[in-house]
Amino acid sequence: MNIQQLFSEAQQLSSPKLRDEIVHHLYQRSNQLCQEGVTYSKSKSDTKTEKLDAIFTSPFLGFPIMIVMLGLVFYITIAGANIPSTMLAEFFGWLENYLTAFFTFIHAPDWLHGVLVLGLYRGTTWVISVMLPPMAIFFPTFALLENYGYLPRVAFNMDRIFKKVGAHGKQSLTMAMGFGCNAAAVISTRIIESPRERMLAILTNNFVPCNGRWGTLIVFASLFMAANFTGGLKSLVTTGVIVGLVLFGIIVTFFVSWVLSKTALKGVPTHYTLELPPYRRPKFFDTVIRSSLTKSWAVLVRAVKVAAPAAILTWVVANIYIGDTSILMYMVQFLDPFGQMLGLDGYIMLAFILGLPANEIVLPILLMGYLSTGALTEVDSLVDLKKIFLEQGWTWVTALNMMLFSLLHYPCGTTLINIYKETKSKKWTFLAFLIPTVIAILVTFIIAQTARLLGWI
Amino acid sequence: MTNPIRVALAGNPNTGKSTLFNALTGLRQHTGNWAGKTVSLAEGKVQYKGKTYSFIDLPGTYSLFSNSTDEEVARNYIVFEKPDVTLVVLDATSLERNFNLALQVLEMTTNVIVCINLIDEAEKKGIKINERILTNKLGVPVIKLSARNKVGFDLLLDTIERIANGTIECKPTLMTYSDEIEEQIYKIEPYIRGMIGDRLSSRWVSLRLLDGDEKLLNEINKRLRLEEVKITDEYSTAIL
Amino acid sequence: MHTTNRLTLYQGKKGDFIRITDIFLEGVMRRRLLDLGFVPGAIIEVLKKSPLGDPIAFRVSQTTIALRKEESSKIEGELISNDKSN
Repeated sequence: MNIQQLFSEAQQLSSPKLRDEIVHHLYQRSNQLCQEGVTYSKSKSDTKTEKLDAIFTSPFLGFPIMIVMLGLVFYITIAGANIPSTMLAEFFGWLENYLTAFFTFIHAPDWLHGVLVLGLYRGTTWVISVMLPPMAIFFPTFALLENYGYLPRVAFNMDRIFKKVGAHGKQSLTMAMGFGCNAAAVISTRIIESPRERMLAILTNNFVPCNGRWGTLIVFASLFMAANFTGGLKSLVTTGVIVGLVLFGIIVTFFVSWVLSKTALKGVPTHYTLELPPYRRPKFFDTVIRSSLTKSWAVLVRAVKVAAPAAILTWVVANIYIGDTSILMYMVQFLDPFGQMLGLDGYIMLAFILGLPANEIVLPILLMGYLSTGALTEVDSLVDLKKIFLEQGWTWVTALNMMLFSLLHYPCGTTLINIYKETKSKKWTFLAFLIPTVIAILVTFIIAQTARLLGWI
Repeated sequence: MTNPIRVALAGNPNTGKSTLFNALTGLRQHTGNWAGKTVSLAEGKVQYKGKTYSFIDLPGTYSLFSNSTDEEVARNYIVFEKPDVTLVVLDATSLERNFNLALQVLEMTTNVIVCINLIDEAEKKGIKINERILTNKLGVPVIKLSARNKVGFDLLLDTIERIANGTIECKPTLMTYSDEIEEQIYKIEPYIRGMIGDRLSSRWVSLRLLDGDEKLLNEINKRLRLEEVKITDEYSTAIL
Repeated sequence: MHTTNRLTLYQGKKGDFIRITDIFLEGVMRRRLLDLGFVPGAIIEVLKKSPLGDPIAFRVSQTTIALRKEESSKIEGELISNDKSN
């Protein structure tokens, strides 16, 4: 008898009633164990969780609290990261002078100084100063919220909307993971029981900006959108812009899920159960230290590993000339018409293409591209940074579209690899690349053309 | 060098299983990917009395009747990778449902320690647990813990060590079902034993077949075939 | 008028205690519900609705589980008490 025959044989012997009985026996035994080995003295138990749930999942306050929480996490991250970011940038700039002096002292050839200091060193230190402070604040803050037990409440509140668009309520949990890292979030979709809804969660996860894109979003939001504000208000306006972008990403997620579940991933929402665990105060220091050491550090190491070769490559293509034009300029000129159509330019398009391995390196590559042509070669502060962009003809539309393109474009290389591993399908992996890319192009195109038509720029 | 002793942590979601894993292994752990929670298998090594123990944090699961990919990962690890010791972590404040998983694991494998976590929270709620009665009833060690405050760790490590070196012998009390169910088990168990030998508990597989767990069956089938391929490979290399 | 105390979990009001009698679901979902403690005979407390009305959270064997309308309307039981009425 082979195993399949055995299975049908067993099905003959079995019946729904018998199956129920098996579980029933287990429960009877559990119950018996509890009666024999456990005594319950107080009658009413967990009122704290009930009271908190009355607020966090309240019909009036549930949704506003979610948005405030989201904003709060971003605000703490943005406001807190500002000063350390500047300090890191200043420190690395200070160190660069000594490195340059050392290269001059040993009479190193210009190209060596270029590759190692202007390429490798600058590229990676920019990644560190832009990325590390927000990560070091975001991950622990988020881990605290996660360990406290708030996230399942978000899934509880949002489920109805997910159901409407044909998706699974637990998708909000995987989206929350996406704020940290989309590649990890793709793996976390394993908690979703049904394959169809899991695929929706995988295909749309990218519309949640990961840590690798935050640096970019924060820089442009504070340089261009919150430019006229100072101090605490500046961070607040920046936060507002970021929250707006995130909400837009969520709307796109719903829209794409809805379209897909009407077309390629047709089907009705399948079964759903969600546990709401009691709120538990996390161990503050344990959580903070663990998440900083494991997550922030791991993500940073990955970013630097990708940034180092990318920075060298960028410097090399910017400095090898064919005729009187560098390779970089050839690429930029080739991409420029398309970039202009989207309200961007050739440098930006090139940065996104070279940034495929990791979103962290998009901004550094862009800056290196601009610096290789512009008059400014020293970037000591954010003011200098803005000057570079303005010199290249940036307007608020360029900044907005840069942020939108970053939010909506294709997932990074690591995420795509994970999508392939999880779906084992080239077709779906390609769609995971194509859908966001098409949306990013459409949205930026519409904004750029409208702005031009109405004479805003 | 001897292989480390593999200790798997299983349990319902939200039982503080990851907290226990983190507290036991400190920062000496690694995962394949940056993975927020236990989505891929995290592993951490601990030295205790001159031996190396490798703890594996499995994804949370309500039952061995798996439902999501995550639960399948946990189920497959316990069933097919056969850890040296399996810790089933239970939430002391909701024991009734938690015992359901523990009982399922005990039907399938013998070297199990039932860890009742969140014991301080339960005590605050007026829940008193007599672990000696439970140990007697279940036939395996039952240990009360607070992973958060690192209470009960010495006893836990000591028990793991003594199970691994054979000082403690686990004899899980067998669940008996109604006559009707037992009769059906009796009918199909011989066939199953013939097919899988003593790789897995044939009684447990019979129950799962009656249960209609087709996914498990496919997994067994897949693994049996893999084994066959391996054997024929070895055979062909032997004659070459 | 004829009154009955039979109802589905979906029809339950906040604070209702319902003893499950029948589960009109098959296959994997049935098994999942059983594993979570929605077994015939179990007493379920209706805890609260999600802000948008669905899903609903239930207390079942000392834990809180939320179910969508699709499932909760297929679990039937008898009303035993409402903690507001006593």
